[in-house]
Amino acid sequence: MCGIAGLFSARKIRENGERIKKGIHLMNDRGNGLGAGYAAYGIYPEFKDFYALHIMAEDSQARQEAGRFIKQRFEVVHDCEIPVWNKVIRDHPLFHLYFVLPGIPPEQRFPEEETDHDYVVSKSMELNKTITGAYTCSNGKNLGVFKGVGTPLDIYDFFRLDDYAGYSWLAHNRFPTNTPGWWGGAHPFNILQSSIVHNGEISSYGINRRYLEAFGYSCQLHTDSEAVAYLVDLLVRRHGLSIEEAATALAPPYWKTIDRITDPEEKEALIFLRATYEQAMLNGPFAVLAAFEGGMFSLTDNTKLRPMTAAIHNDYTYFASEIASLYEMEEGIQDIITPRAGQPIIARFVKEAGKARL
Amino acid sequence: MKQRIEQPGHQSLFQPVFDLERCDGCGECALQCTFNEIRIEPHGDRKIPAANRKSCGACHRCEATCPRQAIYIEEKPLALRRHEVWKSADIMRIHRQSASGAVNLTGFGSESDLPGYWDRLIFNACQVTNPAIDPQREPMETVTLLGRKAAARTGYEKRGNRQELIKLNLPVVFAPMSYGSISLNLQKALARVAAEKGLLWYSGEGGLHEDLFPYAGHSILQVASGRFGITPQYFHKARAYQIKIGQGAKPGIGGHLPGEKVLPGISETRMIPVGSDAISPAPQHDIYSIEDLRLLIYAIKEASGYKPVCVKIAAVHNAPAIASGIVRAGADMIYIDGYRGGSGATPSIVRDNVGIPTELALAAVDQRLRDEGIRNEASIIAAGGFRSSADIMKAIALGADSVAIGSAALIACGCHGCQRCHSGKCPWGITTNDPEISQRLDPDWAYERLGNLIEGWHHEIKEFMGLNGIYDIGSFRGNRLILRGVGISEKELSILGVKHAGE
Repeated sequence: MCGIAGLFSARKIRENGERIKKGIHLMNDRGNGLGAGYAAYGIYPEFKDFYALHIMAEDSQARQEAGRFIKQRFEVVHDCEIPVWNKVIRDHPLFHLYFVLPGIPPEQRFPEEETDHDYVVSKSMELNKTITGAYTCSNGKNLGVFKGVGTPLDIYDFFRLDDYAGYSWLAHNRFPTNTPGWWGGAHPFNILQSSIVHNGEISSYGINRRYLEAFGYSCQLHTDSEAVAYLVDLLVRRHGLSIEEAATALAPPYWKTIDRITDPEEKEALIFLRATYEQAMLNGPFAVLAAFEGGMFSLTDNTKLRPMTAAIHNDYTYFASEIASLYEMEEGIQDIITPRAGQPIIARFVKEAGKARL
Repeated sequence: MKQRIEQPGHQSLFQPVFDLERCDGCGECALQCTFNEIRIEPHGDRKIPAANRKSCGACHRCEATCPRQAIYIEEKPLALRRHEVWKSADIMRIHRQSASGAVNLTGFGSESDLPGYWDRLIFNACQVTNPAIDPQREPMETVTLLGRKAAARTGYEKRGNRQELIKLNLPVVFAPMSYGSISLNLQKALARVAAEKGLLWYSGEGGLHEDLFPYAGHSILQVASGRFGITPQYFHKARAYQIKIGQGAKPGIGGHLPGEKVLPGISETRMIPVGSDAISPAPQHDIYSIEDLRLLIYAIKEASGYKPVCVKIAAVHNAPAIASGIVRAGADMIYIDGYRGGSGATPSIVRDNVGIPTELALAAVDQRLRDEGIRNEASIIAAGGFRSSADIMKAIALGADSVAIGSAALIACGCHGCQRCHSGKCPWGITTNDPEISQRLDPDWAYERLGNLIEGWHHEIKEFMGLNGIYDIGSFRGNRLILRGVGISEKELSILGVKHAGE
C-alpha cells in the first residue's frame, strides 16, 4: 500500500508545494514513514535548457567521485548543494545539483549516445552502476526529484519545498513491502522528462527488467517501480509511441476484448502492441501516476487492484489514491473521475491538446 | 503375420503374474501381448496363461485389457552382486550386445540419472502485498504468439515483410513425431486436438498423409535430412515449416526407419518403395554451415509464400552461439530439444550420453539472444521430456515462448514407457503401423485423452499464473524472478539466471 497524489496546471502556472503536501499528508496512513518523495516540474526556469542532475551520495567520498565523473563527461554550467533542513532528519545522504550539457559533441559519441537525451541517460546509468553509493535521483530539464526515508511531511520540510515553484507536482507516500526502505528506493523515479510514482507491486518485474536491460537500461535501485519510469522513457521517447499507445502497451486489453473488436485496423494495431511489447506489459496490482513532457497521466492495472481517482477544476487536474485527498488540494472540486480498470487518464498542457481526455 | 522375435537380455526384467482364481482362461492376454511373453496352456480341465519369462517389458497391456483384472506385472529379482561401477544395466547391456554384435537400440527419452533441473526449481507465490488471482473468477489468459516480432514500430514498418504471427491458445505444441514412427491414428488424434484447442502439431519428417490434410492449417511440417514426402503442395498446406537439424535423443546422428516398418501407407506418404529402409542422414547434405542453412530457410520461405520457418536443434554445448546464428540466418522460431527428449528409435548409448539438459540450453539461449538484442526476432520452443504443467511453466519462466510435448502425449494415449518404440510392435498401437496392432489405438479415444490432458494442464497453468498474481502469460515468460533454485550450485544458478531459495 502506498499513497499517490498529483497536481497539474494545464496553463503551467507555478506554485510551491503547499497544496500537494496537504494532499499527500492526508493519506499518511498509506505509508509507514519508510519513504516519501516529490517531483516538481518547472522549478528551474533560469536553467531550463540544461539537464538538472540531482545526485544522491551516501557519503562525501561518493559525492566527490560522482562530481569527478560528471565533470569529466559533462559541461557543468552551475552546481550547488541542494539545500536541506537537516534538523528534520538526522542521518541522511548528501544531495548535489548540477546543471549540465553533454561534454562532447554528437559526432564524437557512440551511436547509441548520439542524441543529448541518450547521452544523459547512458551516463546516468553508468554513474548509478559504477560509483558505489552515488545515484541519480533525476536528470530531466527544469525539474527535480526530492525523495528519501521519512514521512511526506519530513521529506517536504527536509528539502524545503516551500521554496520551489512548479506547475506539475507528483507526491508519494511509501509503505515498502518487497524491498528495503532506503533513500534511493523512495519514489518518484525519474528519467529525463518522465517521472513516475507507483502504488502496488509489479509481478512482471522479472521480465520487465530483462527487457529493459536489452535496451541499455540498468535497474540499480532495488525496486520494481524504477522499471516503470524506464519503460515510459523507452516507449514514448525512444520508440515514439503516443501516451495512449504506451498506456495500452503497459496495461493492454485482454485478448478476449481484442477478439471482439470488429474494426480490422484497430485490431491490428492492438495485436501489434501486444506482440511487440509483451515483455513491457505490467502485471500485478498497480496504480501509476506519471508526469511526462506534455502533461501527466495515470494508469491502473487491468483489474484495478490499486485505487486511482482524479478531478478537473479550473485548468487544473488533480490525481490521488483517495478522493478526500483531491478535496484537500482543491476544495471547489465538482466532479470526481474514477477511471475504469486499465483506463488511462491523460492531462495535457493547454497549448498542446486542450483539456484532459478520458 | 510376421515372425515375432523374442528379445533377450534386459527386456525380461519383468513378468506378468496371473491370479488363477480370477482367470477364466479367455486367452485375451496372450493375444494382447505383441512380444510373445504369454502362452496359454492346458491345466487340468481348463486353460490358463503362463509367462514365458523372456520378453516382458512392463507395458501393462495385458493387465489393462484383462477382463477379470487377473494380471499384474512385477519386477523380476535380478540378484547381481552389488557393484558401484559395474551396475546391472552395464552388465545386461554387454550381454545383450554380445548376443547381437549390433548397436543397442531403444525408444523413449533418456533414463540416465544425470540431474534434471525442473525438480530443483520452485515457484514463488503471492502473499499479502500483491493479491493472488483466482483463475476460476478472474480473466486469465495464455494466448501466445509465435514468430518474428517487431522490436519497435520504426523498424517494423521499414522491414516491409509483415509476417503473420502464429497464435496459440496456450504455450504448448505437440512435438514432431513422424508417420512411421507413430501410427496414423495417433497423428490424427494429435492433429484434431491441436486444431480444436488452438495449438500446433508437428508432422515429423514422414511427410503429410492425405488423411491429415484437413488439419494441416495447424501443423508445422518438417523438412529433415531425408526430405521424405516433400512435394510442391507440401509447401502450401502448413502453418509453418521446420528444418530439423538435430534431435535431443540422438544429437548428431541421423534417423532410420527400418524397411519392415515401411508399409504401403508410409511408402506412399514418404514417396519411397515399400519395404525399403528410410534413412535420414546425420547432416542435411545441403547444409554444411550457417550460410547453407540461410539458403534453405529462404528457399522454404519462397516456396511457401513466406510462412514462418522454425529450425530444430538438439541442445548441445554451444547451443547459444548456434541459436544466434540460426536467428541471424532468418529463422522465425528456434526449437531446442534437450537430452531427455524422446525418440522412436535411437542407440541407447547416444541417447544416454550426448547432449545437455533443456533447462540449461534454454536459459543460455534466451539470455544470449537478449544480450545480442535479437530475442524478438525468433520465438523459442523448448522440448525434451516435459512431464507436467509445472515443468512447462518453469520453462516459460526461464524464457521459452512455448514448449513441445511428445512423450507426455504418448503416455496420455496409453504408453507405459516400456522403451520398445523401435520394435514396431508397440502393444498400445502407438509407435507401430502394423495394420493389426495399430488398430488398437482408437483415434477417438486418443483424441479424448489428449484433449483431457491439455485441458487439465491448461487449468494448472492458469493456477501457476494466478498464484503468482499474473493474469497474462506474457508476464510469466522470461520472468526468472518467479523461480528459485534449491540445492544447486552457484554455477548452475548463474546459467539458469535464477536466485537460490531464501535470497
